[in-house]
Amino acid sequence: MIASSEVSSTVALLTATLLILGAATTLVGALGLVRLQSFYQRAHAPTLGTTLGVVCVALASMIYFSAAGTRPILHEVLILILVTATTPITLIILVRATRLRDENPREEPSGHQ
Amino acid sequence: MNTLLVWSVTVAQILLGAAMVCATFRLVCGPRAQDRVLAFDNLYVNAMLLLLAFGIGSGSTLYFEAALIIALLGFVSTVALAKFLLRGEVIE
Repeated sequence: MIASSEVSSTVALLTATLLILGAATTLVGALGLVRLQSFYQRAHAPTLGTTLGVVCVALASMIYFSAAGTRPILHEVLILILVTATTPITLIILVRATRLRDENPREEPSGHQ
Repeated sequence: MNTLLVWSVTVAQILLGAAMVCATFRLVCGPRAQDRVLAFDNLYVNAMLLLLAFGIGSGSTLYFEAALIIALLGFVSTVALAKFLLRGEVIE
């Protein structure tokens, strides 16, 4: 609890709204990961958490720390860019691997190329 | 500290913890390997968000670096796992 008594109530309200919105969106994505039926449906659900959740929580952190004045705001943009750029790459490789494993289910991944 | 901020950080941590429980369920009970990799991907994103929320709650800037490292290493490990599912080996 270092620099938290200095922020105004507007900043606190904005931070609280963004934080709870991001966390709830992430929870909805994780519930979809549990509830949906096949893998191809399930692959869509966690992207809620990786897009809206990360954007909301990083925005809340940026607003809070720049209002508290402890450090400049640009740090969370790194996480934002990193997660936004890497999630599609991960999902593309994963779904491609799943399609390969679905098309020839008997063939074990051997590694002799 | 502002009471609204304390309660919102606590609620956000509870929600993110529930999301991590859901991802852990899919990680343990996932019927196939790609379900487990997808659940692991979701798990590290949730842990990163939990660290960011914890950093807001404690007012310390230390947790940001931990969240950045989790994001970097989680991406690398998920790509390595997906590449292993795709080819049977990580580095060809």
